[in-house]
Amino acid sequence: MSKHHVTATINGEQVEFLCETQQTLLDSLRDDIGLTGSKEGCASGDCGACSVIMDGKLVCSCLVLACEADGKTITTIEGIAQGDHLHPIQQKFLEHAALQCGFCTPGLIVASKALLDENPNPTEEEARYYLAGNLCRCTGYDKVIRAVMDAASVVRGEKAA
Amino acid sequence: MNYVDSKLKVVGTRPVRPDGVEKVTGRAQFGADMRVAGMIWGKVLRSPHAHARILSIDTSKAEKLPGVKAVVTSKDFPHIANEEAFVGEGPMNFRDLSRNCLAWDKALYEGHAVAAVAATSQSICDEALRLIDVKYEVLPHVIDVEDAMQPDAPVLHDDLFTSGVKPAPDKPSNIAKKLTFQKGDIEAGFKQADVVVEGYYTTKPVHQGYIEPHACVCSYNADGQVNIWSSSQGHFMVRAYCAKLLGIDISNIRATALEIGGGFGGKTLVYLEPVAIALSKKAGRPVKMQMTREEVFRASGPTSGSTISVKFGAKKDGTIVAAQQVLKYQAGAFPGSPIGPGCMCGFAMYDIPNIDVVGYDVVSNRPKVAAYRAPGAPMSSFAVESALDDLARKLGKDPIELREQNGAHDGTKTHYGPTHQNIGFLATLKAAKQHPHYKSALKPGQGRGVACGFWFNIGGESSAGCHIAEDGTVVATSGNPDIGGSRASIGMMVAEVLGVPAEKVRTIIPDTSSIGFSFLTGGSRVTFATGMAATQAAERTVEELKKRAAMIWEISPEAVEWKDGKAYPAGSNAGAFEPLDLAALAMKAGRTGGPIGAEVSINAQGAGPGFGCHICDVEVDHETGGVKILRYTAVQDVGRAIHPSYVEGQVQGGAAQGIGWALNEEYIYDANGKMDNAGFLDYRCPVASDLPMIEAVLVEVPNPRHPFGARGVGEVPIVPPMAAVGNAIRDATGLRLTDLPMSPPHVRAALDAAAPKMAAE
Repeated sequence: MSKHHVTATINGEQVEFLCETQQTLLDSLRDDIGLTGSKEGCASGDCGACSVIMDGKLVCSCLVLACEADGKTITTIEGIAQGDHLHPIQQKFLEHAALQCGFCTPGLIVASKALLDENPNPTEEEARYYLAGNLCRCTGYDKVIRAVMDAASVVRGEKAA
Repeated sequence: MNYVDSKLKVVGTRPVRPDGVEKVTGRAQFGADMRVAGMIWGKVLRSPHAHARILSIDTSKAEKLPGVKAVVTSKDFPHIANEEAFVGEGPMNFRDLSRNCLAWDKALYEGHAVAAVAATSQSICDEALRLIDVKYEVLPHVIDVEDAMQPDAPVLHDDLFTSGVKPAPDKPSNIAKKLTFQKGDIEAGFKQADVVVEGYYTTKPVHQGYIEPHACVCSYNADGQVNIWSSSQGHFMVRAYCAKLLGIDISNIRATALEIGGGFGGKTLVYLEPVAIALSKKAGRPVKMQMTREEVFRASGPTSGSTISVKFGAKKDGTIVAAQQVLKYQAGAFPGSPIGPGCMCGFAMYDIPNIDVVGYDVVSNRPKVAAYRAPGAPMSSFAVESALDDLARKLGKDPIELREQNGAHDGTKTHYGPTHQNIGFLATLKAAKQHPHYKSALKPGQGRGVACGFWFNIGGESSAGCHIAEDGTVVATSGNPDIGGSRASIGMMVAEVLGVPAEKVRTIIPDTSSIGFSFLTGGSRVTFATGMAATQAAERTVEELKKRAAMIWEISPEAVEWKDGKAYPAGSNAGAFEPLDLAALAMKAGRTGGPIGAEVSINAQGAGPGFGCHICDVEVDHETGGVKILRYTAVQDVGRAIHPSYVEGQVQGGAAQGIGWALNEEYIYDANGKMDNAGFLDYRCPVASDLPMIEAVLVEVPNPRHPFGARGVGEVPIVPPMAAVGNAIRDATGLRLTDLPMSPPHVRAALDAAAPKMAAE
């Protein structure tokens, strides 16, 4: 069976890869492109560990076929920081100890980025509902939500990073 | 040395963890992220039946499929003897673990591994699995614990005879073990009682629910040397199990701990690694295996479901004079539920003169249970703490005051033997009672519940090191995989002893061939036990640094003082010398005796038990049966918080898992013994919008047996929530719910059943 040729902009760089028809974007990211920051927790869109931003929209990369990525612009966890300059969300996750095992963290950070891109001034309730698709089993979400709310104030320019 | 009363500069602060940046940037390598050259993929064929005899397995077609490099069944494992294992957490048996990794003559639950393949791609693996022809004779199955104990129940193991009963039974059954614990005279105790409360409680199996599925890469070399890269709660545990199951010398296995994406006890045993090694040996290639989420649910350990009856007798003044409990725990397909801790933990918090506890360990056609955070305690305490709430109501007493009146204190002898020393239960209760949450007003329709929890915490064999690099910077080593911030806490203790900032210490986890043995990451032991080893390693390093300074200054080592990361002459008699810092001493190390550092291996004793008290406010939607957690406060004695943020995180996370256990989580089976909800959509873990902020209140009653006073903290917080939520629902609705989960359909059914009765009243 011949493979599909896909060209996409991933974390600002043009990337070309081959994929099988049934292959998910998550599989291509992890196994073919070598971006293993996006995690597979369920492969059914329930845990959010594979969250990426595709053409400005938050998606579970396990629910996107790799060939659907053709021509798209994708941001993964590896593209959130600018070089060694962490994004405020990443910085606040560290300061607030918003991670324990760290496995859900890439997905949570990508989803939080999508949240703040859409709404830089969320209420706690809005943040909780926006991130309800990202399971975390370690933290009970308390410090995660505090980190996101704190990062939002940095993104809004009300607070220095 | 003991630093409990010292003025500390690093311990108790909140630095960024040493492994933080790689975890927020996606660079940290977890189990499934590992790749090695020449690697192929492995997958497991699982039983579609809950209970079946395996008549034959024909792998010939699969073996012929292009791309398939190996197929294994249990015939590729040595036939090992029945032998208790003390490698993981909780009871295990090497033979049973071998049979759990690949079934021998019977498949004992849906999802039980029966064969495995290795091939050049995952899709070829899938096709090969379809080509394996297994002939089964389907047998009657049994799922629930009370059913499995019936005399006519289908028997899982012909060689399982109940231990702990006299006379020994002459017929096999599903009851693996009966346990009894007695203190005082239970009958005399109940005779003194003015008030008696009783209850019968049931809980469902719940899964640890770590977001990272099990994964590994294993490589068997032609010379018999093996490399394992996997995520687990103990790479030494993985090494020991693989060596035993496959008959390999331990020294020939080198296990590397990858980052672990949650475990909560569920990664204290092996499923894939021995299979991957067997495949690698046959294929002559490294093999990578990873479970799907569905496999995690169907084939890796949840914790036991249970039925528990409990009875309290008390005097009118509130003094509890008798307490009785009968616990029946599902072990899954092989013996070894956490029935022991279940029998011990429920009443461990109270000073009661007459106690009688009976426990049963029962097998049934479910996946073998694995440890889950305070294994066995949460179910036991759900029953006990619910009954205590009923008792408080009957006596007209405040629930915290009733617990204070009967609470265990230093000198209380437990019903399972030990006498409590240096415990902080009463301090914890006091902090809960004084918390603003407990004094705040509730609105109509809302309810408040209180419940407590206990866990022993353990110490054990641990290795850690402290090494001064050539430039004077510090590397700390720990023999335990870091599951939630132990690199930070260990590095901080080392930094404190050396007198340097936390950021100056890099903590790493060496592989099993590069550091001394460490028991697994479990039992809330790492910061306590491995932290103790690390503290001692740092202390030895300081002694060495003082010696080196003495050598340079040509004075006696006793005349050197170590302070704030530098050697100083101890007083004017020692001479006038400029202080020497780590960099200066490291630079001269080659001329003063060589590299500076120490590795310490100990068997840490004196783990202090932990106690918690949780306060929960709820509102019940009478239309849907949904329970909303409005406010939640978790108070816990943590001894001494090394890194308070990660201690709070443990408390918050444990409480959240307990709330999930209370309100939603359960294994649901169909009539054929197959799990109906093997996915995160239907197995409903709490999500962010289900929960409020969880306030963690840290009480610090130092554990004098730890250099900084630390106690284990990770397990206690999952114990109180089920009863705290249940007691809050009782307060809000007047209904005592005795069956978990208290999910919307169950709550709605209870409300409907009670409605006519309540209307009549």
